[in-house]
Amino acid sequence: MAGPSNEKRPWVGYGFLALAVLLLGTGSYIGLAVAPREHYMGEVQRIMYVHVPTAWSALLCFTFAFVSSIAFLFRHDWKWDSRLEATLEVGVLLNFLLCMQGAIWAKPTWGVWWDWDPRLTTTAVMLFSFIGILALRRFVDDPVRRATWAAVATIVAFADVPIVYFSVKWWNSLHQVQSTPQTVDGPMITPLRVNAFGMLSLAIGLITLRTRLAARRLQNEMAPPLPERETSSERVAAAGGEA
Amino acid sequence: MMRQLFAATHKDLLLSWRSRAQASAVVIFGATTLLLFSFAVGPNSAALRQNAGGFLWVALLLSSTLALAESYRAEIEQRALEGLLLLPASPRALYYGKALANWLQLLLVGIGLVPVMIVLYDPGSSNLLPLVGVLALGTAGLSAPGTLYAAMASQARAQQVLLPLLLFPLVVPVLLAAVKASSLLLLGDPMGQAGSWVLLLAAFNGVFWPLCGLLFGQVVEE
Repeated sequence: MAGPSNEKRPWVGYGFLALAVLLLGTGSYIGLAVAPREHYMGEVQRIMYVHVPTAWSALLCFTFAFVSSIAFLFRHDWKWDSRLEATLEVGVLLNFLLCMQGAIWAKPTWGVWWDWDPRLTTTAVMLFSFIGILALRRFVDDPVRRATWAAVATIVAFADVPIVYFSVKWWNSLHQVQSTPQTVDGPMITPLRVNAFGMLSLAIGLITLRTRLAARRLQNEMAPPLPERETSSERVAAAGGEA
Repeated sequence: MMRQLFAATHKDLLLSWRSRAQASAVVIFGATTLLLFSFAVGPNSAALRQNAGGFLWVALLLSSTLALAESYRAEIEQRALEGLLLLPASPRALYYGKALANWLQLLLVGIGLVPVMIVLYDPGSSNLLPLVGVLALGTAGLSAPGTLYAAMASQARAQQVLLPLLLFPLVVPVLLAAVKASSLLLLGDPMGQAGSWVLLLAAFNGVFWPLCGLLFGQVVEE
């Protein structure tokens, strides 16, 4: 296995974060102030401009986590483990935000915070599955085992997502049809698109920085222990023992 | 391969037979859980009857984490797993042997819980044979990922909490389909829907038995 790589420069991550702030600021301004009021749902609908991009980015994160897992198991290159850790964490964060935004939107629209609709339930199940994998990473000390097991668990959890979706869909249903630029009208497209790219660069920025951090931690963990050197207190203790 | 698989299953079944007090404790744990559900709902026999299938499966799911963790206890304590891996046997045979043994045990736990459920909740059913079929498919769905995750959890810190944390979100489709199918069988199935839920259970097994067997080698090999 190659040693943990550390070639990523931090400015790439910070650059993406700055771009994200810029895009999300612009997109949210257009969404809040410029875009027309939605006829049926009223002002609450404006949460869509962050909700839908968050959903896309969260799914993208987990997809990349799945790809990283497969790459780690086949290539045994440590950079894929760092990427897995980063994408899992950012994905869980976005997924959590997604559930919160959904609940805030659902209360005035459906009258309830939560509903057992397929997409909502799948999102919740996905959140708990991937939180479980983050916990697994915390509870395993050996880096090789931690990386392999997290990769295996990610593959299994990712394979489960479509099954959960279809099973809950058969079980119960009530949700908006997905919002894509095709289902949304003219002036509402712009903020949605801008925010989508904003959320994407936020995710990329966070993942880049988190990958770097993970690689550094791994490097620390796997560094050979420093050569033993007698400290002054040990020398005193040894002298005391002889006396 | 078949001989290795047979030997592994035999070993795991023999182990659980020798420690059968443990296995029966799991059934008693499940029965206690079933009893507790009646206290959670209150002495409302209509509500209890309506939810009998769901209670049965949640009790079985909770018991399954005990049985799955138990199946690795001896392997880890005596460092027997390392010894097994030194044998010229494929880890896949070890996995399928253990998963089959766990499946059989969970099925027996489920069959043991059915009379308790019938006595406590009185769902008034005559469809017991199809119910055993649903139990078989559902416990197979718990056993395949459960055996894989228990291998990891048993060697990690905080193992008691880790296994359910990983397993429960994953088996949501199993729980959902098994509860639906069992309830339909127990309370009557006028629309003939139970079949599609059984199909979903079969599909889940069809995905996770091969997938977990494929990945198990990665989990145990150093």
